[in-house]
Amino acid sequence: MKEDKSSHAYWKATLGLLTKILIIWFAVSFGAGILFVDLFNKISLGGYPLGFWFAHQGSIYIFITPRRWATLIVGSTCMKTEG
Amino acid sequence: MDLQTTIYIFVGLSFALYIGIAVWARAGSTSEFYAAGGSVHPVTNGMATAADWMSAASFISMAGLISNMGYGGGLFLMGWTGGYVLLAMLLAPYLRKFGKFTVPQFIGDRFYSKSASTVAVVCLLVASLTYIIGQMTGVGIAFSRFLGVSSDTGIYVGMAIVFAYAVFGGMKGITYTQVAQYIVLILAYTVPAVFISLQLTGNPIPQLGLGSNLAGQDVSLLSKLDQVVTELGFGKYTTSLPGSTLNMFMYTMSLMIGTAGLPHVIMRFFTVPSVKDARSSAGWALVFIAILYTTAPAVAAMAKTNLIRTITPGVVMQNADPFGAESAIKYEARPDWMKRWETTGLLKFQDKNGDGRIQYYNDKTKDKAVLDKAAAAGWKGNELDVNADIIVLANPEIALLPNWVIALVAAGGLAAALSTAAGLLMAISSAVSHDLVKGVFNPNISEKNELLAGKVSMAVAILVAGYLGLNPPGFAAGTVALAFGIAASSLFPAIMMGIFSKKMNKEGAMAGMLAGLFFTLFYVFAHKGIFFIKGTEYLGLIGGANSLFGITPEAIGAVGAMVNFGVAFLVDKFTKEPPAHIQAMVEAVRVPRGSKAVTGAH
Repeated sequence: MKEDKSSHAYWKATLGLLTKILIIWFAVSFGAGILFVDLFNKISLGGYPLGFWFAHQGSIYIFITPRRWATLIVGSTCMKTEG
Repeated sequence: MDLQTTIYIFVGLSFALYIGIAVWARAGSTSEFYAAGGSVHPVTNGMATAADWMSAASFISMAGLISNMGYGGGLFLMGWTGGYVLLAMLLAPYLRKFGKFTVPQFIGDRFYSKSASTVAVVCLLVASLTYIIGQMTGVGIAFSRFLGVSSDTGIYVGMAIVFAYAVFGGMKGITYTQVAQYIVLILAYTVPAVFISLQLTGNPIPQLGLGSNLAGQDVSLLSKLDQVVTELGFGKYTTSLPGSTLNMFMYTMSLMIGTAGLPHVIMRFFTVPSVKDARSSAGWALVFIAILYTTAPAVAAMAKTNLIRTITPGVVMQNADPFGAESAIKYEARPDWMKRWETTGLLKFQDKNGDGRIQYYNDKTKDKAVLDKAAAAGWKGNELDVNADIIVLANPEIALLPNWVIALVAAGGLAAALSTAAGLLMAISSAVSHDLVKGVFNPNISEKNELLAGKVSMAVAILVAGYLGLNPPGFAAGTVALAFGIAASSLFPAIMMGIFSKKMNKEGAMAGMLAGLFFTLFYVFAHKGIFFIKGTEYLGLIGGANSLFGITPEAIGAVGAMVNFGVAFLVDKFTKEPPAHIQAMVEAVRVPRGSKAVTGAH
């Protein structure tokens, strides 16, 4: 029973983390890169209009990062229990 | 040394390397043939996955399409990389934990039903075949340039080589050859980009060069490009949309969830020892892929700039008027690379107004001012037809880079074309021999016959794909997008529900997969012909092209997935819930405990 409880907690924590990642994932691509692209294009980043930058560059950079810290968090828990 | 000899040497050397590795690691038993014995390091696996991924479509075709589409082309960039986030976070670790080789096996076990597994095989085969059609288009282009023949002949040669390659390799051979291929093709992609970025902006890093000022001017590359393409009647580069914002949204979504549902990529996660490694391997793959995907937009914009500079010298760097009488180059004085690509039939010139010069503009523009100017200059329509799929391969030639760079790109293009085609053939082969023949028709089949069935299905797949590749339903990347749409609408929802819903039952999953698949195929075939055979389109039946809110067939997969989810939940509600042991199994997969080695081969 004790084990069951901890696995429920684990699953809940995982879902919470996944939700956060999905929010970032959606915000940088569909948000900044598509839905609000005109708004972001008003700002420029060097020679890039910002919205265009998100669609062609920024979203990809950000895709790499949250995944990295997620590996750190989830991966380390995995390691602990998997032995 | 002349160009063609240099190309032969580079391609020859790279192939000697791949074949050497394949022979060295030649597969023995079936379990090694399919998953390399489950013992590949995450970084190695990440590179191999990246090579799998960076197919003919993304290497050869994508930047060319972005070059034409401008901002809208970002859907490929976001879609294919964002799909990886989904795959790595949502699916890969749990699929790996199930301890099964293939997606149909997962579906079959999770939904406790052979029929569900068979439906998954069908979805997988349709998606993979469509994918290979796109790859064969790319293979044809790479070989036609390499051998200096027409693109049709290029496809025939490519079919023979891809087949030999996949049949004699097996996954183990392929895993290590793909590491070598990754290195060749990432160099082939980035080296010319560095040169070109340096030429145009003085900044050697293409990702920064794209946001820099043009060399010797105080105007940025992008705003100059915006101005020049608008003058020529093309859409403004940094804002032009593919149809509508809704279509771009759906298209991106379709590519993203399609990535997460595409079998040959998922299979990669079965070749690492543990769940943690599966996740880390997906992460590495994304990093390796990101190198190419962040370079691609620079390649695209710079190729467009260079193409315009070639046709109308002085327009970009000296602010010449593109409509001036002396602006466009004379056809007789065209650079050598144009002559070379003319032999493949992928670049065409037609002197419509008979002035001996090349006019390159968008004659279908709605911008009246552009048309008026063109008419005043005596232009009678666009005279240069450049197939979008050749842009990347021609890019170093357009920029007049040294011969060894052009040769390197040719070697990379061939590597890209072969690697994905081989990976896909493996997926098809295992689906047919393992899931269909062994799993459904003849469970007692001998190991030898199982291998034979796999090889026969590879041969059939490549013949079909080659035949359809001769008359492809679109540019390589566009065709591949269709494959993603099919995977998105059929497999992705079933896998998702299999992991994240304990209560989803077999009836719901099967009904969902079938509904998603048929909905998507119906819409796609209406535009592209039944099974992509030209002349069998039935647009009238659905009320004209893109009749569903202006959504293009490449973007319909996202809608198909919604149909899939909807139907599945509806059917699930009215049928009985899955047995207790299945629910317990789903529960067990969610926690990182006792992840077992991959079983299910014997």
